[in-house]
Amino acid sequence: MQEALQFVPQTAASGIARTLWLIPAVPIVASGVIALLKQPRRKLASGLAIGSLAVSLVLAFAAFAHVLAGWASGHAVRETVNFTWLQFGTSAVELGWVLDPLAAVMLVMVTLVGLLIFIYSVGYMAHDENYTRFFCFLSLFAGAMLGVVIANSLLLLFMCWEIVGLTSYLLIGFWYQKPAAAAAAKKAFITTRFGDVFFLLGIVWLFAQTGTLLFYSQGAGNLEPLALGMLLQTPAKLGLSAAGAIGLLIFAGAVGKSGQLPLHVWLPDAMEGPTPVSALIHAATMVAAGVYLIARVYPLMAAGVLPGGTTTALTVVTWVGASTAVFAALIAVAQNDIKRILAYSTVSQLGYMMAGLGLGGVAVGMFHLITHAFFKALLFMGAGSVIHGCNEEQDVRHMGGLRRYMPLTFVTYAIGMLALCGFPLVFSGFWSKDAILESAHQWHAGQGPYFLLVFGALLTAFYMTRQVSYVFFGEYRGHGHAHESPRVMTAPLAILAFFAIALGVVGTPVWPWFRSFLLDTHAVFGGLASFKEPGLGVLMLTSSLVVFTGLALGWALYGNRSPRADQPDSLEKAIPPVWRALSNRLYVDEFYGATVIAFYYWWARVADWLDRRVWGGLVAAVTWLFGLWAQLNRFLDTNFVDGTFDKGCEELSSGGGLMARVQSGRAQNYLRLLALGVVILAAILIWSSRG
Amino acid sequence: MNAIFWILAAITVAGGLAAVTLKNTVHCALALTAAFAGLALMFLELDAQFAGFAQILVYIGAVAILVVFAILLTRGAEQTEGVFSRTWLIGLAIAAAVFAVLAWAVLHSAAALPDAVGLPGPAPAVTVAEIGNALMGRYVLPLEIVALLLTAAMIGAVLVALHEKGEPPR
Amino acid sequence: MIHATPLTGYLLVAAVLFAIGLAGALTRRNAILVLIGIELMLNAANLNLVAFWRYGPHPEALTGMMFAVFSIAVAAAEAAVGLGLVIAIYRHASTADLDEINRMKG
Repeated sequence: MQEALQFVPQTAASGIARTLWLIPAVPIVASGVIALLKQPRRKLASGLAIGSLAVSLVLAFAAFAHVLAGWASGHAVRETVNFTWLQFGTSAVELGWVLDPLAAVMLVMVTLVGLLIFIYSVGYMAHDENYTRFFCFLSLFAGAMLGVVIANSLLLLFMCWEIVGLTSYLLIGFWYQKPAAAAAAKKAFITTRFGDVFFLLGIVWLFAQTGTLLFYSQGAGNLEPLALGMLLQTPAKLGLSAAGAIGLLIFAGAVGKSGQLPLHVWLPDAMEGPTPVSALIHAATMVAAGVYLIARVYPLMAAGVLPGGTTTALTVVTWVGASTAVFAALIAVAQNDIKRILAYSTVSQLGYMMAGLGLGGVAVGMFHLITHAFFKALLFMGAGSVIHGCNEEQDVRHMGGLRRYMPLTFVTYAIGMLALCGFPLVFSGFWSKDAILESAHQWHAGQGPYFLLVFGALLTAFYMTRQVSYVFFGEYRGHGHAHESPRVMTAPLAILAFFAIALGVVGTPVWPWFRSFLLDTHAVFGGLASFKEPGLGVLMLTSSLVVFTGLALGWALYGNRSPRADQPDSLEKAIPPVWRALSNRLYVDEFYGATVIAFYYWWARVADWLDRRVWGGLVAAVTWLFGLWAQLNRFLDTNFVDGTFDKGCEELSSGGGLMARVQSGRAQNYLRLLALGVVILAAILIWSSRG
Repeated sequence: MNAIFWILAAITVAGGLAAVTLKNTVHCALALTAAFAGLALMFLELDAQFAGFAQILVYIGAVAILVVFAILLTRGAEQTEGVFSRTWLIGLAIAAAVFAVLAWAVLHSAAALPDAVGLPGPAPAVTVAEIGNALMGRYVLPLEIVALLLTAAMIGAVLVALHEKGEPPR
Repeated sequence: MIHATPLTGYLLVAAVLFAIGLAGALTRRNAILVLIGIELMLNAANLNLVAFWRYGPHPEALTGMMFAVFSIAVAAAEAAVGLGLVIAIYRHASTADLDEINRMKG
């Protein structure tokens, strides 16, 4: 059942809200300090990073407590601090941050999971020589991600979004000497950039329509009734209103960042980065930023929704999410790299989150985001522990029987895996996934997403069982000696395992605290009576059955007898052509290569031809003309100017020579001339006196 | 015309002609002396006794001797080609032109002069005392300047004609 | 004796003498003879001066004669310097032929 977000009036900014900016600022400053460190000071770098994030964690908890107190006392908290950044003419660009339940839960999740992964990285990256650079980038990422969470302005959100993308690029390509890593980083950046172009278009359109980019601003913000109403009235193409169109453009940005179809291609390749990076960025936080963005602008996407109905924007979100969920799960079935399986699993789960947003609203989507963050981070870190223990081996066909060698890792990994599959009742994943399935079942616009999501759940259980059998059961097929990881790596695993179970408590129908916290309603502790809701019991049974089927199927095919690398996979033996397609990731990359990239290269060739032939030709023509002109000038100069000038000089010279002959040097001549002069003078005088 | 005037004129002009046309330079110097003498007598005729005697003393007594000395000192290279310049005609023509102008001026002004001026007045009684007074009184400045000039000229002439150090006397 | 000679006579004689002196200065090759010519010209001018003094209105003022006397003095000085120069040139060029001496050429 969709629930519209109640409009919560803004309250005056408290002290905590005013200092909220410290939460992202401290890690960013720490990152800057680490960057400026002269020699690599490993302890200092990791200490700064972990310390700064711990400070942010404390502040996040304080903010959460504040919001919780406000919710408990019945005064919902939505406090904003806005300020003008640029002023041009009469309009201004404003930035600001907001503290409300949505931001509070996300802050706590990001800082907590982030801190655990930071501590884990100390152990994982201990042998790496670029240790300090790693923590510098990690810190920057953490700061930027927290900036995305608290942003009250779409512009500030976008700026932090881009920094998050940048750090993702830097961290994926951390081992830049590996060509595969560098290529993966580039792919990630460009693919997300593609989505960001539409995001930016949406921002610009919104600014043009409403004149502000703030979400909440004392009634004048974009997510407040006044602006929403105005946007609803404005029509756009394809039968959408401006609200819906802008919402879809913003969703395009989320599609890139969260790896939805068709921009999911970068996420599996991003596994080239170190495992903590995969855990933090590509499981828990950055990819969740897209989901968080849609949750943030949900009022825009849901604008004009009638009770029991849905908007076009939300329908698009739902279908994209549902199809992604199934598509990625299918591909995950046929992968052999431990991290790649988890990567496709992440894509699939992100699809679930998007579908949850579209089907059930903010609370449903966000709940799955929070639970997924914990158990996916757990799974990735467990995978990292496995890789570390198998001496950097990543192919599951070279692992096996590790439950004997790495018991702690095995237990925590099993907890995470069961949470992901949605094992009934005990694990948080069950409750969050069930909430989505419930919303899908009750969706008025059709049952298509429901069936897709159920199929996806089946596949999830199947491929996770496959992976676990390959890795932890059977005999060890790898080289070298497998060993457990150090305490600094296994301790965070334990903590996350705890949360993977415990978080389920806040989202059960018995006590839907999470939903009521986000939607500012009262959380009623309903007891077992709440299960009597019509259809709920059937739903829970169905999803449990699906999960068990998947687990059984996986165990049947793989169980204790996982094959070696040179032998074909069990499923491959059964349906070879399907297997080939799935293991080639359904040829999406090849499709892009043949179309978009081929077009791009063709266009580059055209531009090159234009540049060299047309513009170059023009330049050459002008140069030739100039050369011609210069030659003409030289001709004129040598023949006419020089001729006249030289001739003139010669004449002058000979004239001078002639005149010099008067100076004979003989005194008598001078005397004669004198006398002659006298005669002439006298003659003149006489003639003038006579006249 | 007075006969004395004609004789004196003849002597002077003849002397002058001889001075510029004779081949032997010493003869020229002697002819010059004759011309000077004729001029001195003409001064006497014109009742300018002081000028006449000054003429004899200075010109004949000093200048002519100087000229003779100079001729003797520059005797070495006698002309081989002839006494007159290669372009003597031009010089003659110019001199003739000058004479023409002068004569024309004299004759024409004479025609305009009344007869009274064409003839002299009574002879002035010029004593040496008067000349002395005039020199020391009215003409003292020219006197001093001429004295300075003479000194300078004397020094200059000596310097110019001095033998250079090391140069063998010719 | 009564002078019956008009002024014109003296002036003409002076003119003739002047012309002769000029002709000599302009045509003779020897530098000494050029100087002789110059002396003749000076003397002609002196004659002019004295003649005008005698036939002028105030001969008792002595102006003309004084002028002539000074002219004589200056002529003497000039003759001395000039002849000295000629001797110096003769020493330098070992000739007194004016046609040969063209060091001032140019």
